[in-house]
Amino acid sequence: MNATSPNERSALARAVLELDVNNHAGVMSHVVGLFSRRAYNVEGILVMPVGDGAMSRIWLLVNEDLRLPQMVKQVEKLEDVLAVRRHGADHAVFERLEEFFRA
Amino acid sequence: MSSTPTQAPRAAAEAAAQSANPPAGETLSGAQIVVRLLERQGIATVAGIPGGAILPFYDALSASDKIRHVLARHEQGAGFMAQGMARATGRPAVCLASSGPGATNLLTAIADAKLDSIPLVAITGQVPRAMIGTDAFQEVDTYGLSIPITKHNFLVSSAEELLEVIPRAFEIAASGRPGPVLVDIPKDVQNQRIEVREWPEPGRAQPAPPADAAAIARAVDMIAQAERPILYLGGGVVHSGAAQLAVALAETASLPTVMTLMALGAMPVDHPLSLGMLGMHGARCTNLALDECDLLIAVGARFDDRATGKVAAFCPGAKIIHIDIDPSELDKIKTAHVGIAGDVSAVLQALLPKVQPQFRKRWLSHVAGLRAQHPLQTPGIDDARTHYGLISAVAACLDDEATVATDVGQHQMWVAQAYPLRRPRQWLTSGGLGTMGFGVPAAIGAALAEPSRTVVCFTGDGSILMNIQELVTAAEEGANVKIVLMNNASLGLVYQQQTLFYGERIYASKFQAMPDFVKVAEGFGIRAVDLDQAAQPRVALAEALAAPGPCLIHASIDMNEKVYPMVPPGAANKEMIGG
Ligand SMILES: Cc1ncc(C[n+]2csc(CCOP(=O)(O)OP(=O)(O)O)c2C)c(N)n1
Ligand SMILES: [Mg+2]
Repeated sequence: MNATSPNERSALARAVLELDVNNHAGVMSHVVGLFSRRAYNVEGILVMPVGDGAMSRIWLLVNEDLRLPQMVKQVEKLEDVLAVRRHGADHAVFERLEEFFRA
Repeated sequence: MSSTPTQAPRAAAEAAAQSANPPAGETLSGAQIVVRLLERQGIATVAGIPGGAILPFYDALSASDKIRHVLARHEQGAGFMAQGMARATGRPAVCLASSGPGATNLLTAIADAKLDSIPLVAITGQVPRAMIGTDAFQEVDTYGLSIPITKHNFLVSSAEELLEVIPRAFEIAASGRPGPVLVDIPKDVQNQRIEVREWPEPGRAQPAPPADAAAIARAVDMIAQAERPILYLGGGVVHSGAAQLAVALAETASLPTVMTLMALGAMPVDHPLSLGMLGMHGARCTNLALDECDLLIAVGARFDDRATGKVAAFCPGAKIIHIDIDPSELDKIKTAHVGIAGDVSAVLQALLPKVQPQFRKRWLSHVAGLRAQHPLQTPGIDDARTHYGLISAVAACLDDEATVATDVGQHQMWVAQAYPLRRPRQWLTSGGLGTMGFGVPAAIGAALAEPSRTVVCFTGDGSILMNIQELVTAAEEGANVKIVLMNNASLGLVYQQQTLFYGERIYASKFQAMPDFVKVAEGFGIRAVDLDQAAQPRVALAEALAAPGPCLIHASIDMNEKVYPMVPPGAANKEMIGG
């Protein structure tokens, strides 16, 4: 996203992805690597274990561009990703966090 | 995993071949467990190079009477030998390396397997767990390095885990769209001893989910309604064992058929419906026919840029049916009118009975006209001292049981164009990554996996030097490989591009010094024949190909020969140069 200014960036449509994943040391690298190696910026990330800790949930805030459907398919292919759900940018998970991210 | 319930008994023969579950359990090291799991997978040959961090495994392997270890002379060679085994048989194959430089040397072969969807299980040693992250001797982040080039990877943290990870690695490598899996095993995990009471089932390819029947029905309608359809076969057809079904579909619906580099052999080249390879070095008639089609049926193909040329101009008037086992391939490059996610064998099986036999007289005769007007030009094909002539002379000495491997460059494209490939898995070439150095070790691997076949490897004077050390492995193993070295004293494909697209500014593509390849081969302990010196090259060639064991066949090729036609990089396929 080097070509966009910060203002343009916030004007872009956003999407929120919710991933159910196995909880082990390499999973974040697998997920984030898919985005970084396509120069697709991830604007926000949240991860916490769920239940007994065998699984985690990852929330990703990403820019909505034409490549997003392909990104979702690629994420779905990862062995440690059990499910992917797509939400609108207005999902509460990141909105409630905003107070922790004031400059 | 030691508490996994016993699974239903398998076929008697298979059960007999496997060691029975010991009632009391055995105490084994992680290394012994891996060896046993590989044996239970049916792995008979592995290729690798030992080193400190994988020595416990090698020690355990030395006790196996079921697995033969082939000592490569470079880990990349081991990786490509495993690829040769996997490509020739369709079954996952295993390569081994130690930590650090051993693992990094494997990476190119793994990346190559990823791009061509080859089932590979790479096992690497790692420093002991307690030393991970300390910059220990020969420690690299093999797990991190291999993430983007594997289908999946594991860093194993206990001997117990191996019982789950090893079968799973094979299952992942073979299921769906095949690919490489890396298992990194710390040395202390290899040495850790645990009691094993029950063995897991070997990992096998899991069936793909069934395809959407409604989409198949729509595809049937589109095929019936099309006037100028073309069938476009990719490597997935070979991987899925669907070549016969694809040919049957073409015959039933009168579909002129094009193949990607990876699909060559799926339909015999001399089949009346075959238009051969499409794309950058396809025949003019092939790319021109594609330009006119009104329906493109893509089967196990991924619209690679070497096949499509400028995508916007590829099959501009065509509707698209796209069948692929990997859902992420659908709509990735071209949006399909009907996308069908599924195993191409299963989809073709469902599709075929619904397709009405049709004889498209106008379209077929139009295509025949294109073929007559714009055939592949193969100047010199009757002269064994030319590039096409040499390829044709080699083919004349062999039957369809022979396997044909190549390296990467002009020679590869000439062979793709001119060798009469007629059998799926006959053709082993590095397509997606285009890796020089692939040919010799891949050919050795294929010869070891299928010792009854003659394996020919067409290579170049540039490529062969990238894994020349494996000639001694070929000698040691007595592998039945015939290496045909097409020596044009240059990195020919680079020389061609500089000539055509860089104003003839030839730089770093002509070799100044040239090894005496015949002496080099003999020095490595394999027979060598110089066709340049032979009064009757065809006779010398026939003798060299007929004698068992490895042999290097050297032939000089004119540096100024080009691969034609050629679509300039970035141009539309109909804008071909030459040919
Ligand atoms: C490992 C690797 N490095 C560089 C290239 C780029 N490259 C493609 S073809 C080629 C020349 C190959 O030379 P040679 O093996 O002699 O084959 P020729 O084209 O002369 O037939 C080069 C350098 C490559 N494909 N692979
Ligand atoms: Mg050359």
